[in-house]
Amino acid sequence: MPLNENEFRPKIVAFCCNWCSYAGADLAGSSRLSYPADVKIIKVPCSCRVNPMFILRAFEKGADGVILCGCHPGDCHYSTGNYYARRRMTLLFSMLDYLGIEKGRTRVEWVSAAEGVKFSQTMNEFVEKIRSLGENVRLGDLRCKN
Amino acid sequence: MQRIGVFVCHCGSNIAATVDVKKVVEVVSKEPGVCHAEDYPYMCSEAGQMKILEAVKEKNLSGVVVCSCSPRMHEATFRKAAERAGLNPYMVEIANIREHCSWIHKDMEEATEKAVILARAAIAKVNLNTPLKAGESRVTKRALVIGGGIAGIQTALDIADAGYEVDIVEKTPSIGGRMSQLDKTFPTLDCSACILTPKMVEAAAHEKINIYTYSEVDKVTGFVGDFTVDIRKKARSVNSDKCTGCGVCQEKCPSKKSLNEFNRGLNTRSAIYTPFAQAIPNVPVIDRDACIKFKTGKCGVCEKVCQAGAIDYNQQDEIITEKYGAIVVATGFDTIKLDNYDEYAYNQSKDVITSLELERIMNAAGPTKGHLERLSDGKAPKEMVFIQCVGSRCSDTRGKSYCSKICCMYTAKHAMLIRDKYPDVNVTVFYIDVRTPGKNFDEFYRRAVEEYGVNYVKGQVGKVAPLPNGKLLVQGSDLLDNKQILKEADMVVLATAIEPEASVRKIATMLTASIDTNNFLTEAHPKLRPVESPTAGVFLSGVCQGPKDIPETVAQAGAAAVKAIGLLAKDKLTTNPCTAKPDELLCNGCSQCANVCPYGAITYENKEVNDHGIRETRRVAQVNSALCQGCGACTVTCPSGAMDLQGFSNRQIIAEVDAICR
Amino acid sequence: MQELVNRAKELLANGTVQRVLGWKAGDMAYNPEPSYFETEADLSDFVYDAFCGANLSKYMIEASKKEGKTLVFLKPCDSYSFNQLLKEHRVDREKAYIIGVGCKGKLDIETIRKQGVKGIEEISGASMDDACDTLKIKTIYGDKEVSYQSAMLERCHVCKGKDHVVYDEVIGESRDTVDGERFSEVQRIESMTPEEKFLFFQKELSKCIRCNACRNVCPACSCRKCVFDSNKFDSAQKANVDSFEEKMFHIIRAFHVAGRCTDCGECSRVCPQGIPLHLFNRKFIKDINEFYGDYTAGEDIDAEAPLTHFEFTDREPNEERG
Repeated sequence: MPLNENEFRPKIVAFCCNWCSYAGADLAGSSRLSYPADVKIIKVPCSCRVNPMFILRAFEKGADGVILCGCHPGDCHYSTGNYYARRRMTLLFSMLDYLGIEKGRTRVEWVSAAEGVKFSQTMNEFVEKIRSLGENVRLGDLRCKN
Repeated sequence: MQRIGVFVCHCGSNIAATVDVKKVVEVVSKEPGVCHAEDYPYMCSEAGQMKILEAVKEKNLSGVVVCSCSPRMHEATFRKAAERAGLNPYMVEIANIREHCSWIHKDMEEATEKAVILARAAIAKVNLNTPLKAGESRVTKRALVIGGGIAGIQTALDIADAGYEVDIVEKTPSIGGRMSQLDKTFPTLDCSACILTPKMVEAAAHEKINIYTYSEVDKVTGFVGDFTVDIRKKARSVNSDKCTGCGVCQEKCPSKKSLNEFNRGLNTRSAIYTPFAQAIPNVPVIDRDACIKFKTGKCGVCEKVCQAGAIDYNQQDEIITEKYGAIVVATGFDTIKLDNYDEYAYNQSKDVITSLELERIMNAAGPTKGHLERLSDGKAPKEMVFIQCVGSRCSDTRGKSYCSKICCMYTAKHAMLIRDKYPDVNVTVFYIDVRTPGKNFDEFYRRAVEEYGVNYVKGQVGKVAPLPNGKLLVQGSDLLDNKQILKEADMVVLATAIEPEASVRKIATMLTASIDTNNFLTEAHPKLRPVESPTAGVFLSGVCQGPKDIPETVAQAGAAAVKAIGLLAKDKLTTNPCTAKPDELLCNGCSQCANVCPYGAITYENKEVNDHGIRETRRVAQVNSALCQGCGACTVTCPSGAMDLQGFSNRQIIAEVDAICR
Repeated sequence: MQELVNRAKELLANGTVQRVLGWKAGDMAYNPEPSYFETEADLSDFVYDAFCGANLSKYMIEASKKEGKTLVFLKPCDSYSFNQLLKEHRVDREKAYIIGVGCKGKLDIETIRKQGVKGIEEISGASMDDACDTLKIKTIYGDKEVSYQSAMLERCHVCKGKDHVVYDEVIGESRDTVDGERFSEVQRIESMTPEEKFLFFQKELSKCIRCNACRNVCPACSCRKCVFDSNKFDSAQKANVDSFEEKMFHIIRAFHVAGRCTDCGECSRVCPQGIPLHLFNRKFIKDINEFYGDYTAGEDIDAEAPLTHFEFTDREPNEERG
């Protein structure tokens, strides 16, 4: 897709667990299943390694959307990691809604190492959603310094 | 600040066709910390690796970033190359600009921009990398098998045949387990004892196998390769070294009212007993709760009749402490209690029995000497009803949500055996589904229906009611014909759900092996590591992991043995260096991290710390790096950030976030 | 109150405790403050009245390091905080002699002021012994009257109960003060549009002067070193160029105490800017109750904490929430 000066180019951080989702992203790559370059992947050992602070940090530094991908529940390489991640993210996302941050800027998706198609689809959908939401202003603007 | 070298791979045209590699080199060479940047057609080639070696030496690099394919492909290659250059291998990071960039983007400008950002993130991370060293731990070349059923026996035999010492701990007086209680086995109908007892004898005679019966695991400490286990040898009250197994004591014992566990309580046994004729060891135990000598102090008949002088009323429990490198859990199963299933009248009528009880009734050594008869009046039944899925696939809390897996086949077996031996007996089976996935299984079931005329009815039984005439009124439904069925039966057999042996919970806790809501032990990975527990060095054999039949159990027992052998064959274990590491000065001692650790790798210690001049004893977290697998669950529960993950530290991940979002 | 003083003197005299942790009279009638009392004579300053809102449980972290036992007075709600600290091994039960003190609802001077009462000199009706339905207030503008109920702290209107969950003995009567719905304010915000929610919180959080009073008073926020003061996350840059701490402090603080916060309400009580900080914590409590079953931090020290536990059937984070 050619670059267009006026087009909104969101910054999107995708945390992917090493065992399932990162491998799923690799499969999307080797299958040439494209998704926008706006998505940048950070590898973590497990979805349970993702501290809510990382997500808030990303938003504060200018990210417009953050997505966390891990093994499907029941398939975690470490057995239980994604179950903890699920609770943490459920509460965090609910809090962000409560603060008036647009739903949809955060997402969790379970992607296995075999789901290259799902990875690509998920990223396409997510970028689409973030583009429709526009630039993330609120999380950076939660405290007016006046 | 590190001295970083960045190496951008063309991967032929795989990367270079979409990413302007020269541009990437140009841009990243201006990044803080970067003092060398170059591109090369194939970084993974020997010549490419030499580029890294030379640059590390010439420019005295302390960190390396390779912009190439996925780290899943060549991270190990580049780490080794760095190591050859004298660099710590964990000072290398990969920016995945192929799978995550060149292969999915078409526009060169866009892909190049993204490649630069991915490289920046890797550079930012390497800037915070620290050299990591894989630890080493020793391996005790001895295995412990908990449970002496067919699973435990097979695992022990396989490990012992590979040349390693194995101890079996069995809590009952004999090895043999559930299989020793079975009469015949499906789908071949060979006699269970005939195929099991040679294995029992082989295990007992094996020079590498040591069997502790009437014994339980009391305590487990340590970790993979180096477990220390306390085994409680319960007082048998009989000296095993002296006993000849003649059996006179059992014959003469005046206390004969105890329920015979081996026969599922359908008849009684003496207070001094061996559970069954082929028991191994063939040494009786005294049931101290039933023994008159122990209850009143008077009696002593067994002592008087024992020619060998083997009776020892003063024997005490003995604790044996042994070291093991691997532990295999093979604790097996039991049938569920039917107290909540009043509708089947199990507790009201002696003629309503479980399938395992039927096994004992059909067995020549059983309570009826192998004659099929009603336990209430000893009469031969004419009409028998089998009810499947009693407590299995159950949606309420009375039973189990899972399929017990073996019931369809053993019910077909029972039905066939009864029709074969007693052709005048009508057999009706009520089922939800008949599940026969297994070699020769469906053929076996079809034989029951087609050759032996077993009447299969799709539908569930709502009620079994004892009638005044001694018969049982079975009220069921036939879903295919959509009609109610009322049948007077002489005997009703319940295919009762199986559940893990109750003791497994305690054992799992001792081993810090995880267990699911049904008390089945959890696998390290449900598909790819099905015989390993998530706790390193602990392996799973048989039904303790999930319902399975004998061939599956034996197969899994062998697989568990192979995994244990693979561990025991090593002299040293290298441990993953990307483990959690607490900062003792920041640790609150709150234990939240220990609560989420799936490996039991976190313990707490009261330790004297020196916090900027203040010396005090604090409760601080300790991570056993041999157990920690590096998931990082603990790091997020830790509010103060005291717990961090090496190789994926908070600062490293935040640096990547910042690099991507800047 | 005299009964508390007498009992404290007795326990000091017979050597059961080495010191007493309670409240002493402040410079005004309505601002008593937490204090240690080492001797019987010190206890002449002791006070326990309806203005003793301060939760003393957090002080027991330091007291647990001292020689001998400390007598601590805990109100019913404070005992939950103590229990939570016990669960997290932060306090030593053996080092505490706990007298559970009755509570008839604690008063909020700001609420009284908001009712137009200014220039307060003296308040009667707030002692423990005669806590009555009306407060008689002497001001420089003359005598005023305010109903007790209307002057209570927010948390007392939604009190979680007057049972002491941990104590050695209990002295004094409590009375039921509940006249509000605990989650009604959270629900009111939840029902707003995203725009309204955002404006609400932006307005409140913009008042924050980052004085750390909330953090310092919070019994759950008891880390030896706060992440915002350590270098563990690169989150402690105090320079103005980095605004991560500025913007995210309260969200992260709330997340760190999620599942551990007993809703003691101290954060809101001490906030000099009057930010209703408890609304963050209470949102998490409401979510935890709804998603994972009712859970009261500090109630049962053996209970599985919601964030260090899971069920296979837990809801998904993307599920529509509202």
